[in-house]
Amino acid sequence: MRAWHFTEMPYPNIPPFDELKNTRVTIPSRLFDPKIGADLYNRYLDEHCIADELGLDIMLNEHHASASCLDSCVPLPAAILARQTTKARILILGNPVANRGEPVRIAEEMAMIDCISRGRLDVGFVRGVPTEINPANSNPTLTNDRLWEGIDLAMRAWTTHDGPFNYEGRFWHKRAVNIWPRPYQQPHPPVWITGSTDRENVRKVAQHGFTFATFLQPYENTRSLFDEYRKHYVDAGVPHQGGTAFLPLVFTADSDTEAEQGAQELLWYIRSNKTEPQFKNPPGYASIALNVQALQGKFAGRTEAVRQQGLDYMMEQGILIAGTPDKVTARIRKFYDQVGGFDHLLMMQQAGHLDHQRTVRSMTLFAKEVYPRIMDLPPAVASRTPEPALAE
Amino acid sequence: MQVQEHKRQDIHQIGPSEDLKLEIVRRGSGPPLLLIPGEEALEAEAAFLDELAKSYEVFISSPPGFGRSTRPDWITGPDDIAYMMLDVVDEFGLNNVPVIGFSFGGWIAAEMASKDDGFISKLVLVDPYGIKTGKPTERDIQDVWLLSPDEVMALKWYDTAKGKRDFKVMPEDKLTIVARNTESFTRFGWEPYLHNPKLKHRLHRIKAPTLLIWGENDGIITPKYGEAYRKLIPNAQLAVIPQAGHSPHIEQPQAFLAELRKFLG
Repeated sequence: MRAWHFTEMPYPNIPPFDELKNTRVTIPSRLFDPKIGADLYNRYLDEHCIADELGLDIMLNEHHASASCLDSCVPLPAAILARQTTKARILILGNPVANRGEPVRIAEEMAMIDCISRGRLDVGFVRGVPTEINPANSNPTLTNDRLWEGIDLAMRAWTTHDGPFNYEGRFWHKRAVNIWPRPYQQPHPPVWITGSTDRENVRKVAQHGFTFATFLQPYENTRSLFDEYRKHYVDAGVPHQGGTAFLPLVFTADSDTEAEQGAQELLWYIRSNKTEPQFKNPPGYASIALNVQALQGKFAGRTEAVRQQGLDYMMEQGILIAGTPDKVTARIRKFYDQVGGFDHLLMMQQAGHLDHQRTVRSMTLFAKEVYPRIMDLPPAVASRTPEPALAE
Repeated sequence: MQVQEHKRQDIHQIGPSEDLKLEIVRRGSGPPLLLIPGEEALEAEAAFLDELAKSYEVFISSPPGFGRSTRPDWITGPDDIAYMMLDVVDEFGLNNVPVIGFSFGGWIAAEMASKDDGFISKLVLVDPYGIKTGKPTERDIQDVWLLSPDEVMALKWYDTAKGKRDFKVMPEDKLTIVARNTESFTRFGWEPYLHNPKLKHRLHRIKAPTLLIWGENDGIITPKYGEAYRKLIPNAQLAVIPQAGHSPHIEQPQAFLAELRKFLG
């Protein structure tokens, strides 16, 4: 089991949610104070450096036009941290290749960061959540197709070493792909893909031998996704690659009272995800079957059902893990059993107004008192290619 | 989505591609008339159609991805669809026929006529999308995918009560078609947003007498947009129907039919 520190780099200094129609997509940038933003960027990067010192790995992501996430260009912090950290693996989860396009450029950026970090990069590719559709102006009916063609092209760019090749696909036409540098890790950095409801996607991820990650899901959903993955997993023989990952909110505290306070603050992330219906479920983003349910009033976007829930539900479901080190350890081990095992714990340990001091205290307690007690949880995919020893 | 073969002969392979099968429903009797429905396919069950079917054999041709028509991946928008509709015309030997297109279907009809209007006796476009004449920062067409569903309803309908559809009582097979129509409309209309930048440079090729019918209260594309369209088609006139939004044929069927009859004779 590996544990990864994550913050979406929020900008929490916005008006109360009930005064805003949306905290994403349409929220005006006049609400962003660059001086506060500068402090936040530097603080979040500092916390990633602390994660490195504590022996945790690092996860980064990207969103657009959102107060929930100031990271609008994920290769940038990854590049900074490639230089400023020494041990941690750096996971980008992920590159929004469906929305951004430019798979060859992404392959180049990732290869550079992989070289600078001397092979510490994990590369996620994501389809992008519904609220990313409008900022990217990406056709919502084509995101899956674009995702997979983008991955195919990027991976060919990483793994072709005999001069230019041509690629004339459905979405991208490139007639002389020949990237310098090539990645540090061979044959390429581990690839991760996220998913939440689409079974066919999970099977595809498993059949490619990529690592599969899911976020903030009730444990029964997570279990069925992971089971589906394990059933179809094929080891691609890529070091570090393969297995399952789950992302909950995590807060480790010295006392139960502090744990609950921290947990409430982390819930900002879920509560702040306030958007109008057209952004929660853009036309053609979800499957026809889900959109039939939407017409019947039974589906309003995947995250909406969770957003309405209280702390008890989140704790019960494993969406939020909070407590003293003993309790956090027990909850993770229980969650491990509930989902049939998993390989990567992606921890959103900072969200909303949770300040630097308390974030670092929680990270430290986790790293020192929880991590040693979950590290030995065995890989949940038996045939996975063993990880090479960490570089000194 | 798999489109099931229908028992009636409504599904037709069009052109040489085996993956392209269109639903073409024939209604009424008389000389043929080609009708291309809008993105919501409100036309098939509308009152005006019963009237029209008394004088014409109406060929209701669902574009790819709409109704029970297939949607091969290689089709990317109305420019492609227009060629398919020309294949439909050939398939049924339609000649000297009136063509009516509504909204998204009006855009397809305009694309089709700009390529070949030799078979068209008269062309009717009802609140069609398809062009942009304003500056980059002007919204010629209100963004139906950026506004809330309530805002879209208010812009689309003079009387929103007429636009309400009760999906909760609709059977699942019909809902599947509704959901897929929305998906296909998005697939083809997302970018460039509900227009083809080339179309306005091609519309001068339409020589058939053309009538643009517009709902006076269409808030998505206003009569001003209709006027810009009219100017681009050489032999075109614009009729504006009061107390109607984006679907004048649904909101004011009598006034709509009166305009249609006056034009078609």
